Amino acid sequence: MSLLTLENVTLRFGGLVAVNNVSFHVGEGEVFSLVGPNGAGKSTVFNLISRFYDPAEGDIKFEDKSILKMQSDQVPSLGIARTFQNIELFEQSTVLQNLLVGRHRHRKSGLLAELFFAPKVRDEERRHRAVVEEVIDFLELQAYRDKYIAGLPYGVRKVVELARALATEPRILLLDEPASGLSVEETQDMIFWVEDIKKQMGVTVLMVEHDMNLVAAVSDRVLALADGKELAIGTSAEVQSHPAVIEAYLGTGGRIGDD
Amino acid sequence: MDLLQLFISGLANGCVYGLIALGFVLIYKATEAVNFAQGDFMMFGAFITIWLTNTDYLGINFWIAVPVAMLIMGAFGYLLDVAILRKMFGQSQIAVVILTIALGFILRFAAGAIWAHEPQSLESPFAGREVRLGELVLGLEEVAVVFVTILLTFALYLFFNRSKLGIAMQAASQNQLAAYYMGIPVKRIQSLVWALGGVVAAVAGILFASKGAIDPSTGLLGIKAFAAAVIGGFGSLPGALIGGLIIGLVEPFAAYGLPAGYSQIAPYAIMLLVLIFRPAGLFSTTQKKKV
Amino acid sequence: MRFVFKRSYDADIKLFKHRPQALWYLALLAVMLALPWIIDEFFLGEATNVLIWAIAGMGLMLLVGHSGQASLGHAAFMAVGAYTNVNMMESGIPFILSLPLSGIIAGVVGVIVALPVLRLHGIYLAIATLAISVLTEDFIVILEPWTGGVIGLVAPPIDLFGYEMDRYGTPTAFYFLTLLVTLLVLFAYRNLLRAPLGRAFTALRDSEISAQAMGVNIMRTKATAFGLSCVAAGLAGALLGLFAGAFNHETFNLVLSIQLLLMIVIGGLGSIHGAFFGAIVIGFLPQFIAISRDGISNLFGLGSVTIPGIESGVFAVILISFILFEPLGIYGRWVKIRTYFELFPFYRKNMFKRQKSYLKTERMR
Repeated sequence: MSLLTLENVTLRFGGLVAVNNVSFHVGEGEVFSLVGPNGAGKSTVFNLISRFYDPAEGDIKFEDKSILKMQSDQVPSLGIARTFQNIELFEQSTVLQNLLVGRHRHRKSGLLAELFFAPKVRDEERRHRAVVEEVIDFLELQAYRDKYIAGLPYGVRKVVELARALATEPRILLLDEPASGLSVEETQDMIFWVEDIKKQMGVTVLMVEHDMNLVAAVSDRVLALADGKELAIGTSAEVQSHPAVIEAYLGTGGRIGDD
Repeated sequence: MDLLQLFISGLANGCVYGLIALGFVLIYKATEAVNFAQGDFMMFGAFITIWLTNTDYLGINFWIAVPVAMLIMGAFGYLLDVAILRKMFGQSQIAVVILTIALGFILRFAAGAIWAHEPQSLESPFAGREVRLGELVLGLEEVAVVFVTILLTFALYLFFNRSKLGIAMQAASQNQLAAYYMGIPVKRIQSLVWALGGVVAAVAGILFASKGAIDPSTGLLGIKAFAAAVIGGFGSLPGALIGGLIIGLVEPFAAYGLPAGYSQIAPYAIMLLVLIFRPAGLFSTTQKKKV
Repeated sequence: MRFVFKRSYDADIKLFKHRPQALWYLALLAVMLALPWIIDEFFLGEATNVLIWAIAGMGLMLLVGHSGQASLGHAAFMAVGAYTNVNMMESGIPFILSLPLSGIIAGVVGVIVALPVLRLHGIYLAIATLAISVLTEDFIVILEPWTGGVIGLVAPPIDLFGYEMDRYGTPTAFYFLTLLVTLLVLFAYRNLLRAPLGRAFTALRDSEISAQAMGVNIMRTKATAFGLSCVAAGLAGALLGLFAGAFNHETFNLVLSIQLLLMIVIGGLGSIHGAFFGAIVIGFLPQFIAISRDGISNLFGLGSVTIPGIESGVFAVILISFILFEPLGIYGRWVKIRTYFELFPFYRKNMFKRQKSYLKTERMR
């Protein structure tokens, strides 16, 4: 069944067509990757799904219901979580606090109950904490639990962002270049985690990535974009050997995996 | 005739507001610091000129005193950046706001301690003279204010679009790191922008003090200049001037048409309306942060 | 350094990290409770004053320190609290209701004012609130029927279940009243910080865009922060009105707003301790300046020299020195000193040094 569907989505910034009539669907339990040269509109697709931008044309559906009427902050309540290309963590908070913010969509207590820290708020807190601890165990962040983000190395921050997205207990996870800036070992970890996220947790993944090793290792299907237009869709091998894709990379002077 | 008189005095006031707002936007554009003491800079510049040229003090010729005062304020702005603001590098915007507010307090205190709290006016060659245009009689100082403002705006326009330094300033304001990589001495450029802010403030102060009296707390009218800058849409230099003119013109007419007590509110009411309906200002060039 | 062995999630939820910490605060509370019998009436009045500052400071700290929203106009909301409280007391509403109501009304006014303004980013918000602060005096004069205009209002004595108290007649009772309000505000503030809403506030401060991506409604959360902050300001204003006995449009001027901001910066942004440290400085500084001024003029035989505006001048110098040399405020300095002794002799000089970076602009052109 299709979890997330884009239908003929177009977005223009002034004269520039950032996303041009793009359609695809991500099936439940699938790992779906978007690839393409810089400026192809991959992150813009994420920002459209996050409702930071309004598409000029087309529709975005989650479980066959349009999400275009929703505000950005309502999107996570559907079970759509995301990470950012240039890490956007809460710098002056600890890792634990960052992950707990990920639990915000499950907040049930009201203002008054929280001001007096009513027993039910405490119970909720324990439950949030239990979920967060599972994520910490999964991504092996135990050593960093009480560390402030501001002092963490880049690779760890990348993992914390993934952890925060997982803490929301998403149904679909949007990963914006999860391996960019990571070392070979860290990328290898990322491959295992994405596979586990899919297999163990049953979370659907939509990913933007330049690292073709990662894409090839985890993706069920790959969509190549260039200049906002769809080039090819299929398995990683099919897309990589597609003439239009090769043309898009080599023709514009870029190389695959060059970022 | 009455209304025309109001218009002209509003225009002259508006020019002063506009010039303060200009200095304010200038510094904001280049350094992203908001100088909440710009009004006090203006006040200080005025007092320095008064001190240099009034017969009670040093009694130097007006035409020598003016460039000297501009130089002093420019040096003041430059040194301020070198000594204090450069150390703020990497701190939050709020910290800079609070810092400049505190600076305003110090300038006000210093001016009060040096020149006392009584209102004083500048003995300028324009004071008390009139210009006749047919049947119209205008105060020379008000005409001079408008004239000087136009001249200064034009000079600044040329500076930013033609001179190498001005273009470097623009570059540094758009992307500090990139400008640094291109070999622009970003730190020195920022100090120079503060110096320029000081010079513009001095001009505004001289104009203000030559058409009316000034005292140390006059610097608080800088707040009206913020309103002007907001109306103009913060990032825009012409916007700041036009915002200043709008505020300057609204004030006398509000005082004329509204009951006492309500008229002071008018400039801020306009600002709040702009903020609500056109939060980016009337001449905005800024956009939302990109993810 | 103390290592706490955590056996349950509650260890992170509890108000105190470990038992000795709880004991220290308990001891502090005991001193506060015994204060009327330790110091004389004049200093008890000063202590009351400091507590009132601390209440307002906590309000502003929540907004500036924890939610990252600037406000240069909090005196306006203190004014709302003071005027509504006295008006309600005079129209016969019992004090036990009028005090909390004055806080709530200030909060509601805050939300109404904030809604259009909060869409704006940092600097615009600062300017808009500055404008509010400037307009407060004009509004108080315009609303003369309720505010007494330039003449102002005189606070009636407080009637608490038949027990009459006021600041001069029963300073001890008034002190305890202020202490109680302080503790309640403090308790609510601490609770908030360990609950989801408090985390949403700090999330907002650090990255709006990703707070939004985690399901935090930016507008509503900002408005809540502003409203709660104004509730505390309103309560402090009401108490300040009663403490001052009489007040008019000049009581709640721009300088008060700036002093509030100064207080939390000196104390240390982003910590509740900071609000209290700042309140102590602000509360005692005028006395300190007066005493040292007299001392200096006696020393040089100058007689009594009065330099108008010296207070705000000194405030400003202190503020600038703090921002330049100790941006973390008094609390930050205290943490550093404590860490120094805890780690002795392994403290490194740049342990708390922050990475400086080129400005990442929020603007796009």
